[in-house]
Amino acid sequence: MKLSLWTYEGPTHIGAMRVANSMKNAHLVLHAPQGDTYADLLFTMIERQDHRPPVTYTTFQARDLGGDTANLFVESVNEAAERFKPEVLFVGESCTAELIQDQPGALAHGMSLDVPLVALELPAYARKENYGASETLYALVRAVLLPQAKARREQKNTASAPTNPRPLVNLIGPSSLGFRSRDDVTEITRLLNTMGIEVNAVAPLGATLQDIAKLTEASVNLCLYPEVGRAACDWLKREFGQPCINTVPIGVTATREFIQEVADAVGVDAGPVLNADASRLPWYSRSIDSNYLTGKRVFIFGDATHALAAAKVASDELGFEVVGLGTYSREFARDVREGARRYGVDALITDDYLEVEQAVIDSEPELVLGTQMERHIAKRLGVGCCVISAPFHVEDVPARYAPQMGYEGANVIFDNWVHPLMMGLEEHLLGMFTEDFEFSGTATPSHLGSHGQPLTQTLADATASVPQFAESANSAVEPPGGAVEVSNALNWAVDAEKELKKIPFFVRGKARKNTERYAVDNGLATITIETLYDAKAHYSR
Amino acid sequence: MDGAINESIAAVPVQWASKAVQIPAIQERGQREVFCGLTGIVWLHRRMQDAFFLVIGSRTCAHLLQSAAGVMIFAEPRFGTAILDDRDLSGHADFNDSLDEVVQQLHLRRPEIKTLFLVGSCPSEVIKLDLATAATRLSHSYHGQLRVLSYSGSGIETTFTQGEDQCLKALVESIPSQPTATKTATQLLVLGTLADLVEDQFTRLFEQLGVNDVVFLPAKRASELPVIDQHTRVVLAQPFVGDTLRQLVRMGATPIDAGFPFGVEGTRQWFHAIANTFDVSSETFDSVMEAPTARARIALQKVVPQLSGKSVTFLPDSQLEIPLARFLHRECGMDIIEIGVPFLDRQLVQSELDQLPDSIRLTEGQHVDRQLDRLRNDKPDLTVCGMGLGNPLEAEGFATKWSIELVFSPIHGFEQAADLAALFAKPLKRRNLLSVPV
Repeated sequence: MKLSLWTYEGPTHIGAMRVANSMKNAHLVLHAPQGDTYADLLFTMIERQDHRPPVTYTTFQARDLGGDTANLFVESVNEAAERFKPEVLFVGESCTAELIQDQPGALAHGMSLDVPLVALELPAYARKENYGASETLYALVRAVLLPQAKARREQKNTASAPTNPRPLVNLIGPSSLGFRSRDDVTEITRLLNTMGIEVNAVAPLGATLQDIAKLTEASVNLCLYPEVGRAACDWLKREFGQPCINTVPIGVTATREFIQEVADAVGVDAGPVLNADASRLPWYSRSIDSNYLTGKRVFIFGDATHALAAAKVASDELGFEVVGLGTYSREFARDVREGARRYGVDALITDDYLEVEQAVIDSEPELVLGTQMERHIAKRLGVGCCVISAPFHVEDVPARYAPQMGYEGANVIFDNWVHPLMMGLEEHLLGMFTEDFEFSGTATPSHLGSHGQPLTQTLADATASVPQFAESANSAVEPPGGAVEVSNALNWAVDAEKELKKIPFFVRGKARKNTERYAVDNGLATITIETLYDAKAHYSR
Repeated sequence: MDGAINESIAAVPVQWASKAVQIPAIQERGQREVFCGLTGIVWLHRRMQDAFFLVIGSRTCAHLLQSAAGVMIFAEPRFGTAILDDRDLSGHADFNDSLDEVVQQLHLRRPEIKTLFLVGSCPSEVIKLDLATAATRLSHSYHGQLRVLSYSGSGIETTFTQGEDQCLKALVESIPSQPTATKTATQLLVLGTLADLVEDQFTRLFEQLGVNDVVFLPAKRASELPVIDQHTRVVLAQPFVGDTLRQLVRMGATPIDAGFPFGVEGTRQWFHAIANTFDVSSETFDSVMEAPTARARIALQKVVPQLSGKSVTFLPDSQLEIPLARFLHRECGMDIIEIGVPFLDRQLVQSELDQLPDSIRLTEGQHVDRQLDRLRNDKPDLTVCGMGLGNPLEAEGFATKWSIELVFSPIHGFEQAADLAALFAKPLKRRNLLSVPV
């Protein structure tokens, strides 16, 4: 039993819904109680989907429990098959149905339906949404291609090499409620086409049963979203020897690596596409205006794929300093830990948003890249934020074309991430004339309008102003952060405190911390103006 | 009658007069496009500022709450979910020990919380966790610093707004019984969550009528509970608090048959029934009602032309369907085609049903696919439905009003009558306004 206020991932059956809803002519029958239909609104509201998700819920109630819930399930399957005439039928159960153990998979198999059936195992009390999505895609691919795989095992090496005139690839992992999946597929398809490569099938987004059946015709799988696609890609590799490219083309560098790997795998020349001046990010980033982006402190949290990609882009392509990196995808914790080491930070692996909030406060970022949870945290702290990963809300499904992947994705990233930050000269002027009553450290960036709330000011004093966070759930394990104790023990001279306030607010929190650390290290009981500047010199880089 | 929770309806008769012929309800059974009772937490936790709602459930429960709450409106909500995992189910973790730990964690983090509701869910009900006993034990161990109550908001037993009923029933049951009557004069209890604004408006009107001893349940603080005895008169502000009403009746209170205060006439009837109970003279009643009635009628008449003559169907959702249909029919001139309700508590809504024509189709429960078939056949001008169905129906050409907005907006009383009508008129108005292609 674990206390949870907000969750990053939904339950496993939501993952199954994402896959079924991604596909054309698929249907999912979920053994689930009244109320679980709330999940429909994730699709119809967040993604503004113009049709109901293809899901039938059995809607059992307390009065059914003593009776025949299994029969209710069988009736629902019959009715759904009859009414919706799907090409493929998924059956599964939500958390409550798992407890009553009707075994919907076995029941459905016993029904001799004349529609291909995929029975799902969705352990609701041990796993979460992305696992459910991954498992559903894997179960589908396996169910459809197992006969082919068996035939291939029996007559070794007879698998026909692709004979298409143009090389074929599959895009694996894009799905409903995946971050910018729709536009990423368009962007990557366009990119591949310019290389002379055809997309054989996309799965699950927009896939028909036929698309799944022909997956093996491609010479390589491009695993664009490992959280959803890796299990299926691994199986295809094992059974059919299809190579898998795991590079996720987010950012200019990764896109170029991706192009090279794909070109090598299918035997085309990457040169023309690599040399094309295809993204504005490199020049925008090198232009002098972007000098002010240098060393901006950025905190990153999301699914593993987007968090890792964001860290790389932030650090290598925009010149930010990564001060925090984490993920809620425990399945990919190792990758993120490894990635974090590159930036000299400890990876935060958690699905507790309070822990993430504390980490944001501790790392004093100027920009937060995260999910809708981090946007909320950032808003509360008055720090700029950009959403880079699921879960997201309706405003992160823009009407305009806004991919994250490929060259256009890099353009979108540059624009979106820079937008919440303060422009260069504005920042300087704020630093020069800190006591201007209108144009002060409590002002928001002028292009963002006045929100009537202090920006970064909150964060600058966060360690002092939010003591309740020190008493978070884990305080029993970890003692409260040092900064709080330090400021209580040390005495700031009045003029030093005044001088501190003249330091631009976006570095003030750090200046305070460094000065206090310096004072402690040097055994000083009182911090004077001299101490302040001694510390500044000591920590200067 | 639906679900396990309402089985007590017959046990405590609340008999009010009704017309001889009753509109029959067609029973529907199948997929239901409604929330479960946990959803009530979304507004209850804002109303009762000293209470915390701890759902004992699954990841689905937590996900539902944040999705239904419009996602992340509040930085740190006064609700949370104790998510059960494999260890709890396999018996490796002792339920009481785990719960104690979570409650202690909460208590340390939010010491200002005075009332904690342990809220049962589908999983906790199916594995039969005894939350009532746990609540008693926990209340005892916190020595008055924290009062712990329990109720079920599970989907197998409750729909959407029924969660509030179960919560209020738990609150009422926690009121110690009085050995002797402590009140001497009658007290009015207004039952069901009202917007703060509406509560203030009603309070002023009650004062002007000379009804001075009024309490609202739920109150702004869960710890403030009225005495219930034979001097208590209960009037309903919401049509989904039947079990709480029946509990109050068991405790000696007398219900007032007043209908529901939606629209100008509905609100006037409601106050009239209360005024009669409290022996307010007809002169006083007329003079107090005169100004608000007159101005509400003027405001409402500005919206009525946009609705008059239009047809409407309600899909089952919040239990507000019947009184709102009455308002749209009687005060806005709309034709009602179908009213779907999750469950029909006739005792509560009979006076409202009596004001509707016999021709309406009344359905109880839901089979969503069949209901949508009927809807496509009926082609109403406006469909009131949940958020899961709104966009798909709009895409099919139906004008829709999301019903959840009716639960989250101030819609009761004179001053809100025109606002209420405007909520229904807006989707129609918007369609006329837009010239973008369909």
